[in-house]
Amino acid sequence: MIPTGEAYWLPVIFIALMGLAFLMYAVLDGYDLGVGILLPNNSESQRDTMIASIGPFWDANETWLVLGVGILLIAFPSAHNVILFHLYLPVTFMLGGLILRGVAFDFRAKAPAHDKRLWDYAFKGGSLLATLSQGYMLGLFVMGFERSAIAYAFAVLSAVCVTAGYSFIGAAWLVMKTEGTLQMRAARWARICLWLTALGLFVVSLVNPLTSANVFEKWFGSSLGIFLLIIPLAVFFAVMTVDRYLARFPHSGDFGCWIPFVGALAVFILSFAALGYSFFPQVVPGKMTIWEAASATESLWFILYGAMIVLPAIILYTFYAYRVFWGKTRELTYY
Amino acid sequence: MDTFLLSRIQFAANISFHILFPSITIALCWFLLYFRVQHNRTGDEVWMRCYRFWVKIFALSFALGVVSGITMSFQFGTNWPGYMETVGNIAGPLLGYEVLTAFFLEATFLGIMLFGINRVSPRMHTLATFLVAVGTSLSAFWILALNSWMQTPAGFEMRDGVAFPLSWSQIIFNPSMPYRVTHMLLASGLTAAFLIAGISAYRLLKGDHKPAPRLALKAGLFAAAVLIPLQVLVGDMHGLNTLEHQPAKIAAMEAIWETTEGAPFTIFALPDEINQLNRFALEIPGAASFILTHDWRGEVKGLNEFAEHPPVMPVFFSFRLMVGIGMLMWLVAWSFSWLLWRKKSLPNWALRTLVTMSFSGWVAILAGWYVSEIGRQPYLVSGILKTSDAVTSVAPENVGISLMIYLSLYAVLLVAYIRTLFVMARKSVLVDRPEDLVTLQERHNPLTQQTAHTQQTAESTGAAR
Ligand code: HDD
Ligand code: HEM
Ligand code: HEM
Repeated sequence: MIPTGEAYWLPVIFIALMGLAFLMYAVLDGYDLGVGILLPNNSESQRDTMIASIGPFWDANETWLVLGVGILLIAFPSAHNVILFHLYLPVTFMLGGLILRGVAFDFRAKAPAHDKRLWDYAFKGGSLLATLSQGYMLGLFVMGFERSAIAYAFAVLSAVCVTAGYSFIGAAWLVMKTEGTLQMRAARWARICLWLTALGLFVVSLVNPLTSANVFEKWFGSSLGIFLLIIPLAVFFAVMTVDRYLARFPHSGDFGCWIPFVGALAVFILSFAALGYSFFPQVVPGKMTIWEAASATESLWFILYGAMIVLPAIILYTFYAYRVFWGKTRELTYY
Repeated sequence: MDTFLLSRIQFAANISFHILFPSITIALCWFLLYFRVQHNRTGDEVWMRCYRFWVKIFALSFALGVVSGITMSFQFGTNWPGYMETVGNIAGPLLGYEVLTAFFLEATFLGIMLFGINRVSPRMHTLATFLVAVGTSLSAFWILALNSWMQTPAGFEMRDGVAFPLSWSQIIFNPSMPYRVTHMLLASGLTAAFLIAGISAYRLLKGDHKPAPRLALKAGLFAAAVLIPLQVLVGDMHGLNTLEHQPAKIAAMEAIWETTEGAPFTIFALPDEINQLNRFALEIPGAASFILTHDWRGEVKGLNEFAEHPPVMPVFFSFRLMVGIGMLMWLVAWSFSWLLWRKKSLPNWALRTLVTMSFSGWVAILAGWYVSEIGRQPYLVSGILKTSDAVTSVAPENVGISLMIYLSLYAVLLVAYIRTLFVMARKSVLVDRPEDLVTLQERHNPLTQQTAHTQQTAESTGAAR
C-alpha cells in the first residue's frame, strides 16, 4: 500500500538524499581509495606525491559514508537493520580496511622510518579490502540477499567491477593532480582501469535484468524505453572520449588534464542513476519499499529542516576546501 | 559464548577504543587554537613551534577517532537492531545532527588546518582551527545528548512499543544532559592537559632545551590546575543528579545494600553480590549520606529497594578508580604548578611523575564511562528497552570473527599510537621541525642557531649517560 501526503513524499526526499550521499561517497572516497589501490611498489617518491594529493580531502570524503549510512539509519531503520544483518561480515571487513588505511595515512609520515613501507602496504591493502567489500555488498544487495550460487557469483563480479571503477577514478584524479612521470603512469593506469570498468558495467547490465524480472520489466517493459537508451549511450560516449584522450597522452600544455576525471564522474553518475531507476521505490530489492521502512514523520521533519540549512553550507565549504588546494599537488609539506 | 555476550563485549571494546581519541582531540584543538592565537598576538615563533608539534599529534589522534567512529556508526545496525526499532525515531535525528553539523565541519576544515598553512592567510588558518574545535565539541554535544537521553529519557511517548518524539527540546535538554556534557568536556580538557604536560616533560627529560616544550608544559599544567577542581565540583553535582533519576546506579556505585540513614562512605571493600554485603570494608561513617543528601543522617536508598539493579562490583570499583585519579590529578596539578611558579622549573622526579601520568585521563574517562554504562544495566534505555531485547540474531560465530578482527586491530593500533607519540617527542628533541623547510628568516634567527648548538650538547650528554 502506498501512502499519500507527507507520508508519501518525505520518504521519497530521504531516499533521494541518501542516494546523493552515497553517490558523493562513491565519487569522492572513490578517488582516494583508488589512489590507495594504485600505490606503486617501486617508487617511494611517487607514493608520497600520490598520498599528498589526497591528504587534505580523505577525511571529509569518508564522512559521506557516515552520512549515507546515517540517513539509512534515520529514515529507514528497518531497512537498515535488514541490510546490515545480511552484510554482517562484509561490513566488518570493509571497516577493517577503512581503519587500516585511515590510520596508515598518518602513521606512515610519523612512525620510525623503517616502518613507513609497512604502513604503505597497510594503506594499499586496506584500500583494496574496503573496495572489494563494498562491491561485494553492492552485489548482494542488488540480488536482494538471495543465498544462491548465482547471487554470490554476481557479488564477486560486482566486487571486481567496483574496485576497477574506483581505481579508474583514482587514476583520473592523478592525471589531473600530478605532473611528469607519475602523470604518464597514471594515464596508463587510467586507460586499463577504464576498460575494466566498462567491461564490468557491460556484464552487470546484462546479468541484472536477466536475473531479475522486476528490473527487466523496468527497462524493457516501459514506454520510456527510448529515453532510457540515453543512459547506456551516454556511458559509451564518456568511455570513448576518455579513451581517445588517454590514447594520445600527453597533450601539449597539459591540455584537458581534467577530462578523464570528468569522464569518470559522468560514468559514476549515470550508473548510479540506472541503479536507482532499477530499484526505486524499493530500499531492499524485492523485500521492502521505502514507505514500509520509513520512520516517524515527526523525526523526518526534524532532520529535514536541519538538512536544508546545513547541506548547502557543507557544499559551500567543501568547494572552498577544494579551491584552497586547487591545481597540481605540491611536494609533501606537512603542516 | 552467545551472540548477546559477544555483542556486548564487542560494543564495549569498540566504544572504549573510540572514546580514547575524541577525549584527546576535543580539548587538544582548543589548546591548538590558544597556541595559534598567542602566535598571532605576540608574533613569537615559539608558539608556532608548540602548534606544529601538537597539531601532528592532533592529526594522528583525529585519524584514529574517525576510523573508529565509522565503526561505531555501523554498530547499531549490525549488532543492536532492536535499539533502532524501539528508539530510532529519537536516536536517529540526534545522530543525524551530529553528522550534519559537526562531522563535515571538522573533517573539511581539518584539511586546511593541517595542510593549508602556506596556502591561506594566517587569519583563515586561525579560523580553520577554530572551526575544527567547534566541530569536535559539537559532536561531543550531540552524542552526549543522545547518551544522556538513554540514561534519563524525556520528551517522548510510547506507541505500540515504539518511542515517538513529543518535544525535541526536552529530548535534547533531558535531565542529565547538562551535567554529562560539562563533565565530559572537562574530562577531555584534563586528558589533553595531562598528555601535553606528560609528553613535554618527556622531551625535557630527554634533554630538549628549546623553549617550546617548557612553554607547553606550563600551559598543560596550569590548565589542569584550573580544570580539576571544577571537574570534582561538576562530578559531585552529576552524582546528585544521578541520585535523583537513577538511584539504583548510585546504590551500586556506593555498594549500599540496604536502605540506611547515615550511610557510611566506603573507601574500599569487596562487594559480595551473593550474600549482599561488603567484605573488608573501610568506611567513613555517615559520609555517603552527607555527600548525597548534604545531611550526615540523611536516608540513602539501598539496592534492596530495586527489583533490578546493575552488577555492583564493576560499577563500585570503576567509580573509585575515577575519583582516585581525580584526586591524584588535583594533588599533582596544584603542587607542581606551585613548584613551577616558584622555582621556574620542575625537578626531574616531578617530570617523571608527569610522564607516567600522560595517559591518566584515559583511565579516568574509561572508568567514568563504565560507571555510567554498566550502571544503567540491565537497561539500554532506562526503563524502556532492555539490552537483551535489542540484540541481533546474527550467528555467534560471525560476531566472534568480527570481535577477533577488531580486538587484534585495536591492540596493534594502540601500541603503534603510544609508541609513535614518544617517537615524535624524541625526534623533536633532535630537530626542530623534521618535515618542514627551514625558512630564510629562521636561518638568520639567533634563536634557532642556538638550538642547533644545544642539540649537539644534548646529544653528547645523552651519550655520556
Ligand atoms: C578525566 C576524567 C574524569 C575525572 C577526573 C572525573 N570524572 Fe567523573 N566521569 C568522567 C570522567 C572523569 C566521564 C568519563 O567523562 C564520565 C562518564 C560519562 C560522563 O558524562 O562523564 C564520568 C561520569 C561520572 C558520574 C556519572 C555517573 C552517571 O552516569 O550517572 C559521576 C557521578 C562522576 N563522574 C563523578 C565524579 C567525581 C565526584 C569526580 C571527582 C574526583 C570525577 N567524576 C572525576
Ligand atoms: C554517547 C555515546 C554512547 C552510546 C550511544 C552508547 C550506547 C551503548 C549501547 C548501545 C550499549 C549496549 C551494549 C552493551 O550492553 O554492551 C552500551 C553499553 C556499554 N557502553 Fe555505551 N554508549 C556510549 C558511550 C560509551 C562510552 C564512551 C563508553 C566507554 C568508554 C561506553 C561503555 C560501555 C560499556 C562498557 C557498555 C557495556 C555495559 C554492559 O554490557 O554491562 N559507552 N552503550
Ligand atoms: C555510539 C556512539 C558513537 C558513534 C556512532 C560515533 C560516531 C563517530 C564517527 C562516525 C566519527 C567520525 C567523524 C568523521 O568522519 O569525521 C566520530 C568522531 C568523533 N566522535 Fe564519536 N561516536 C560515538 C561516540 C562518541 C562519544 C561518546 C564521544 C564523546 C563524548 C564522541 C565524540 C567524537 C568526536 C569529538 C569526534 C571527532 C573527533 C575525532 O574523531 O577525534 N563520539 N564519532
